[in-house]
Amino acid sequence: MRSAISEQQSGSEENSLSEVFGPDEELIQILTPFGERVSQPLFDSWIDDVDSAALLALYEDMVVVRRIDTEATALQRQGELGLWAPLLGQEAAQIGSARALRSDDFVFTSYRENAVAYCRGVQLVDLVKVWRGVANSGWNPFEVNMATPAVIIGAQSLHATGYAMGCQKDGVDSVAVAYFGDGATSQGDVNEAMIFAASFHAPVIFFCQNNQWAISEPVGLQAVRPISDRSPGFGIPSLRVDGNDVLAVTATMRIALDRARTGGGPTFIEAVTYRMGPHTTSDDPTKYEDVDLHAQWAAKDPILRLERHLEATGVLDDAARASVKEKSDEVARGFRAACHTLDDPEPLAVFDHVYSAPHSGVDRQKRQYAAYLSYIEGGTR
Amino acid sequence: MSETLTLSKAIGTGLRRALADDDKVVLMGEDIGRLGGVFRVTEGLQRDFGPDRVMDTPLAEAGIMGTAIGLAFRGYRPVVEIQFDGFIYPAFDQIVAQLAKLHYRTRGNVRMPITVRVPYGGGIGSVEHHSESPEAYFAHTAGLRVVTCSNPQDAHTMIRQAIASDDPVMFFEPKRRYWAKGEVDETIDDSTLPMGSARVAAEGTDVTLVAYGPLVKTALDAAAAAADDGLSVEVVDLRSLSPIDFDTVEASVRKTGRLVITHEAAQFGGLGAEIAASITDRCFYHLEAAPARVTGFDTPYPAAKLEEHFLPDLDRILDAVDRVLGRENSLTGGLV
Ligand SMILES: Cc1ncc(C[n+]2csc(CCOP(=O)(O)OP(=O)(O)O)c2C)c(N)n1
Ligand SMILES: [Mg+2]
Repeated sequence: MRSAISEQQSGSEENSLSEVFGPDEELIQILTPFGERVSQPLFDSWIDDVDSAALLALYEDMVVVRRIDTEATALQRQGELGLWAPLLGQEAAQIGSARALRSDDFVFTSYRENAVAYCRGVQLVDLVKVWRGVANSGWNPFEVNMATPAVIIGAQSLHATGYAMGCQKDGVDSVAVAYFGDGATSQGDVNEAMIFAASFHAPVIFFCQNNQWAISEPVGLQAVRPISDRSPGFGIPSLRVDGNDVLAVTATMRIALDRARTGGGPTFIEAVTYRMGPHTTSDDPTKYEDVDLHAQWAAKDPILRLERHLEATGVLDDAARASVKEKSDEVARGFRAACHTLDDPEPLAVFDHVYSAPHSGVDRQKRQYAAYLSYIEGGTR
Repeated sequence: MSETLTLSKAIGTGLRRALADDDKVVLMGEDIGRLGGVFRVTEGLQRDFGPDRVMDTPLAEAGIMGTAIGLAFRGYRPVVEIQFDGFIYPAFDQIVAQLAKLHYRTRGNVRMPITVRVPYGGGIGSVEHHSESPEAYFAHTAGLRVVTCSNPQDAHTMIRQAIASDDPVMFFEPKRRYWAKGEVDETIDDSTLPMGSARVAAEGTDVTLVAYGPLVKTALDAAAAAADDGLSVEVVDLRSLSPIDFDTVEASVRKTGRLVITHEAAQFGGLGAEIAASITDRCFYHLEAAPARVTGFDTPYPAAKLEEHFLPDLDRILDAVDRVLGRENSLTGGLV
């Protein structure tokens, strides 16, 4: 494993697309942007079992989550959601990594990991509760072994590390995964998480989606070297993977999971990808994004390349295509309908769950506000 | 020579002038350069003053605050933007343990002329961490001056005063009023208005209503509604939360004998408690009723669909006005 990690830089020199996209030898890539599968001796064995059916399933996942994303953006535009953080372009990074997990692993994410949530089995209606403003979180973390998203950048990386320390103390081989962005790597929390993970040899994976942007700030402001260069200094080996290549992501994630499960400690994965949409629906990337860069990345689209591969290998025929379409239409319909079923919370819900046991101060405020509500509803004021 | 500006633009023009007047002034923050800040307060400033003066920083609030302190050691006058209220906590340690204490610790040898701009408060329908009112933490911390503006003219004048201050200033910007428009006279001499002074925003004789930041407008609306009821409410806009201009509040309460305080921040240990205690202390015999507070609840900021309940509004303020006047109100019959 360690050799796979340290030697990965010898990578894909024969990549026939290197002239088109420049040398990407620093990236682990198995599926080129043109859908060609290249051999990666250090990684191929990790995805031996990914047959045509499995590839088709990954493809369907990616199409479905993109569809959910598009639908949510539309719902925001129609005033049904207050805000949405699109994952457009990051489907392979999220699906490839999340599908490699076991159900007893535990995931701590940021706000953009909607495809990870989908893989964990989060109900779509629960995905939008926060964005619709009806609750501060959407689901019970213990039902899907995924914490609800952290909005404070980087905070969840420490939570994942602590959870992993707990798994280690319990003697189980469950793994914790922290998902965060390139911007987050500047936060003290993320760096402290790496120190704790290294010192305690915690079974945690730091999965960084480097989507090149932190709102309007390019990744170069956060890191002057590849992000994956940072963790080795903390004593954590890293893998730098083509985040738009679902196979390469799957392989690297499986390597990291195996290390964690077998006492190898933490691994850092930098999935190099691109945020094809705005930061959120209230962002305007035309103020800062270079159109040529955007176009370059559009050509490396994660779904397109798998589609090309599946077409070339005869897996994606008309029937398969129709079935994927049917599935994504159905999910989108269900998603939209579910969103409309979300009622506004009751006024006194403001006071719920501040503490787990009665608290005289909050309880009194609640009684006073209830009295106030009935007073004004009585029409006196 | 005045022009109509939004509150955000009024701050922007204040920053622009500070940058032009003093080459030691530097702006630091996330997305403040090319994007002009998520609220566009710094729009155009990086273009005009360059990335050395208007710096997009790495995404790390402790880093921003700590390096601003280092720049101040080196003679600079940093103006830091914290993108949203709820993101100030990673910088809390640098603010409370370093920024606030350096002048005291060094027996006055080191000055920290740093301004920390914080868009704060709710009412914009946002998700968690985007609507908080953390001013009391900072007002509780000795060594920090804490101010907040409620209208474009004050915003413009006060940001310049804050930058000119040799003490660190926490400058709270009422984000839901960023788009409120008002006349701004950029020629007003800053020194004619001490940053720490409160302002009587509406005169009245029956009740003193103390507000600041985003709720000044709400308080003025409440005073107007009360006037329809034949009640005369005096609205005091504090502007400065540390120090508090108690003289102005006291003069008003001596006249009215009744005090209502409103803020979005939670009630427990908040500024309302400090004002109630200090005014009771100063003019106990002039008070006709116990001071009343209308505040956010002692809960985390709720989901957007609940914020109308959390936030003090006109009706809740008027209910408290009724209470201090001994009129029928929601708690008539005793506190539940
Ligand atoms: C502590 C903190 N500071 C600032 C923000 C505001 N903010 C929200 S997202 C974001 C950029 C995050 O970039 P990155 O970590 O790369 O994740 P991405 O949005 O690209 O997925 C910023 C600055 C925040 N949420 N939390
Ligand atoms: Mg990013």
